[in-house]
Amino acid sequence: MSEERTLQIQEISAHPGPVPGQGTQRAVEVCKYIDVTTCIGCKACEVACVEWNDHPFRETTFDNTYQTMPSTEWNYWNLIKFAEQERDGNMMWLMRKDQCMDCEDPGCLRACPADGAIIKYQNGIVDFQQDNCIGCGYCISGCPFDIPKFNPRTKKVFKCTLCSDRVGQGLEPACIKACPTGCLHFGTKEDMVQIANTRATQLKKESGFQNAGVYDPQSVGGTHVIYVLHDITKPEMYGGLPSNPVIPPSYTVWKWLAKPTGLLMAAFGIFAVFFHRVAVGPKVAQPEAEPVLTHQPDEAEAARKERP
Amino acid sequence: MSSSVERFDEKARRKFSRYGQTVVHLGELLRHPVYTRVLHWSVAISFILSLLSGFAIYSPWLYRWLAPLFGGGPMTRFLHPWFGLLFDLAFFFQFLNWFAPMHWTGADRKWVRQVKSYVSNREALAPQDTGFFNGGQKLYFWIIVVSAIFFLITGVLMWFDNVVPRWLVAVSYVLHDIAALAMLAGFIIHIYEGTAAQPGTFQSMTNGTVTEEWAWTHHPAWYAEVTGRDPREDYERARRRQAERHHAMDDWEREQDERERVARPQTPGARVP
Repeated sequence: MSEERTLQIQEISAHPGPVPGQGTQRAVEVCKYIDVTTCIGCKACEVACVEWNDHPFRETTFDNTYQTMPSTEWNYWNLIKFAEQERDGNMMWLMRKDQCMDCEDPGCLRACPADGAIIKYQNGIVDFQQDNCIGCGYCISGCPFDIPKFNPRTKKVFKCTLCSDRVGQGLEPACIKACPTGCLHFGTKEDMVQIANTRATQLKKESGFQNAGVYDPQSVGGTHVIYVLHDITKPEMYGGLPSNPVIPPSYTVWKWLAKPTGLLMAAFGIFAVFFHRVAVGPKVAQPEAEPVLTHQPDEAEAARKERP
Repeated sequence: MSSSVERFDEKARRKFSRYGQTVVHLGELLRHPVYTRVLHWSVAISFILSLLSGFAIYSPWLYRWLAPLFGGGPMTRFLHPWFGLLFDLAFFFQFLNWFAPMHWTGADRKWVRQVKSYVSNREALAPQDTGFFNGGQKLYFWIIVVSAIFFLITGVLMWFDNVVPRWLVAVSYVLHDIAALAMLAGFIIHIYEGTAAQPGTFQSMTNGTVTEEWAWTHHPAWYAEVTGRDPREDYERARRRQAERHHAMDDWEREQDERERVARPQTPGARVP
């Protein structure tokens, strides 16, 4: 969203050639760490997100849970997913803050065909540039977390920016600032992974959650939003967090290998027919037209007229 | 196909012939009536528009070249599906129009087997059983039929990709591209064969006519069908006549030279013939 280039760009969608300024600045990878086990579902982060991004207040959808609406929307980027689980005969309420995961290898950016519509900063934030967005929606199918959302009126796609405008100015994201329980943290990726691991170990040792662990899926190169879950083996029960998020191969192998090959073949085809014409020549209707006369026709005519 | 399609085609052909016309000059044959020509160019224009706008989205290396042609990325994205629908619609009518002559026969199987001699121009005349369309043209037609179906199904899925399941869009994306590349290969050959490779072919889609020589050279069985004459015999006759004409011309030339030589008084230093 942010237009001011306070952050150094690392990757640009559908951009042939190098990224200007890539690697010219020192930048640490940032990370949001969400401790699902201490979330109380107060939705302060949801409100902070709406406020900071000046989103209009919109209707909510009631579907027999405390969840604000079924999924994030193009102008509602931060949503706590409420899920009920049974544990030792008791009800356990799982509340997971859902937003863009800022993948190290972003499926949305891989899928995007518009030059500069999606950029990834060196600090790991993936950001949409609506000015360059063509509204094709490929990012929606490229994302394993179902985060980019289409605005049917402007025909552009929107998502959480990890408050790149705030982070660029040295501030923490709005949701972090609003959290009252301290279940949200923001810092360098290295630090956050360390804190998350400590917390997971603590959950195992002191709270009896034997499967507690850190959610930082390596299938997308790790994410810049990480979770600590009570049960890392079943992330799906936290409102559909995929255990093995993958980018469709059509946006990786096909786009960057098969497509250029197709173009080369087309170019080869054009060369082939051109050189066929040069080397083999045309198929002329038979019998071919008579050869050009040795005398010009009018000369022959003049000669005929000279006859006595 | 059913006779209702034939009746529809017949009606359309009659209607278009009332507005347009095809002038068949001496020594020419009617190849494509007005209706066929209008359909062909509707398909061609909508395909080229679809191809260029689609190629903009197809590859990052083409985006900056082609998107400006249609008023930028968002406009390209908006127009491409509509160009595609236009293409599918135009091609649907062309499909009905050409379904009968595109029927695959034993002659086409033979043509495909002998494609090497076609490409290398080893034979001056096409095989005697080559009808209104040859095997290559029919092959291209059926590639377009399959591609058009794929374009439509996968295209609609990608058009509404914010509601279609993720994996379906990802699969459609690949199939749409493959259909486009297959058709592009045929398209390149088609343009070449219709212009530079076969002089006299392009006018069949502009004037609607071809010369008799063109017909017995490239589509002998069709020539036999419309003229009721033997294409090989007519070709031999034309060749014989051409040879005789050459001989007569040579004789005339020699006679002229001789006459000049006799008429001119022999002077020293005169030009030796």
